[in-house]
Amino acid sequence: MRQGIFEIQSNRALTASVYEMKLRGDTSAFTAPGQFVQIQLPGLFLRRPISVCDVEGDVLTLVYKAVGKGTEAMAELAPGAELDLLTGLGNGFDLSKATSSPLIISGGVGVAPLYNLAKRLLGPKNHVTAILGFNTASEVFYEEEFRALGIDVRVTTVDGSYGVQGFATDALPEAYSCVYACGPAPMLKAVYAATSTSGQYSFEERMGCGFGACMGCTIQTKAGPKRVCADGPVFQREEIAW
Amino acid sequence: MVNTKVSLCGKVLENPVIPASGTFGYGAEFAKIYDINCLGTFSFKGTTREPRFGNPTPRIAETEGGMLNAVGLQNPGIDHVLAHELPEMQAYFHKPVMANVSGFSVEEYVEVCRKLDDCPQVGWLEINISCPNVHGGGMSFGTDPEQAALVTSKIRHVTKKPLIVKLSPNVTDIAAIAKACEDAGADGISLINTLLGMRIDLRRRAPLLANRTGGLSGPAVFPVALRMVWQVYEAVKIPIVGMGGVQSAEDVIEMMLAGATAVEVGAANLVNPFACRDIVNALPTAMQKYGIQDLNEIIGGAH
Repeated sequence: MRQGIFEIQSNRALTASVYEMKLRGDTSAFTAPGQFVQIQLPGLFLRRPISVCDVEGDVLTLVYKAVGKGTEAMAELAPGAELDLLTGLGNGFDLSKATSSPLIISGGVGVAPLYNLAKRLLGPKNHVTAILGFNTASEVFYEEEFRALGIDVRVTTVDGSYGVQGFATDALPEAYSCVYACGPAPMLKAVYAATSTSGQYSFEERMGCGFGACMGCTIQTKAGPKRVCADGPVFQREEIAW
Repeated sequence: MVNTKVSLCGKVLENPVIPASGTFGYGAEFAKIYDINCLGTFSFKGTTREPRFGNPTPRIAETEGGMLNAVGLQNPGIDHVLAHELPEMQAYFHKPVMANVSGFSVEEYVEVCRKLDDCPQVGWLEINISCPNVHGGGMSFGTDPEQAALVTSKIRHVTKKPLIVKLSPNVTDIAAIAKACEDAGADGISLINTLLGMRIDLRRRAPLLANRTGGLSGPAVFPVALRMVWQVYEAVKIPIVGMGGVQSAEDVIEMMLAGATAVEVGAANLVNPFACRDIVNALPTAMQKYGIQDLNEIIGGAH
């Protein structure tokens, strides 16, 4: 964990409610895709946890959905503004466990942390498939970014207005060797049920501190109580108590 | 040179700054980012006889100028703490620590305190009779002077360690409860625990916290805490550990002027993990600004 001041480079809407913010600062604490940052926002007491979408040099990319006071305040911020961030929070996805044909699967804004993961999974021997699940065509984002990586990209919409009709689990490839998932809890459960390979699942909880001190985000796992912020947010399939 | 040393129940603290229980775990997360030996001491996570998972999530909610929590005393239980957390703590904290104890019956408090009495790392016992987030225990001891006195006197019989009773603000007359604890053998009083509060999720039309209610902390509660420290100072002779919304060296001084000998810092640690270190570092300058040579001179100085 590192505390630092970041300057907003850009902050643009990707859909009606999803935004992409690029910030410049000390990104050295970022060690794995799936980690998150805690952002201090003017006028709000608690920091807001946002997963890291990408890191390139000293530029951090966050993709977030404006759903409450904190994220709505973020959406209003203009380039040049400075933000106080705690970075390098949480245990991200474990790349050492990746096998030759990984499946990346997301629901809604759960796409965010999987983008940097997809980049890191690229390799001559790897065949990466990404399924990006959304509710409807107007909510689709980052499809082009994923396609630009040269991987197999499938988009699903629940109402069938774009891509494959159905949930992300309705577009599973015939063969894959491991799963990386991020999305709302019902979606994660559906992925868990529809797959049987090893898998890494990124969880979300309301947090207090974000670094393991307050026990505000504890979930029950097969290995006992775990803090989503400090022991997760990524959990291995065999740990999950479903 | 100013003097920041204070004596809390016969034990010297290098400075009066103490991270509050439940906001500092067992110290390990903070020891990774700064040397926590700069603190007076810290009060570790409230510990019970049995391991506890605590409440379902959401356990945390934002409020204006603060936060609600309903963690529900999640902890690994006293035997695990004695076997793991306390031995591991020796690697990064070299001062006596404050052990925070919770329970659901007098027997449970007594058993946990008896076990901690043998532990040389523990400098003080802080008895939480004020947790608002558990049902059928905790706060019920803290809302009735007779119950508070009963649990205090029973613990007094099994420990020679300084015994500090942590009080709830969710009462009509906190001074009466403090006095009852003093009469029952407490060496100190700490206050305040969180104020019972609530938020409702407009989308779901239901309480935001899974526990429905939670404890309010953060700068919003500072004036309430300060007022209660003032009232308790007028009622008892034993030292007071003041807490509630403290965020700065100035807040520490204000709490001490109201009657606190030492000051705990809670919610601030969750927002700024360096909060307690920053307060310790800022204290000498703040003292000079207000013409304070020795913190001992100002305890209760506003009365």
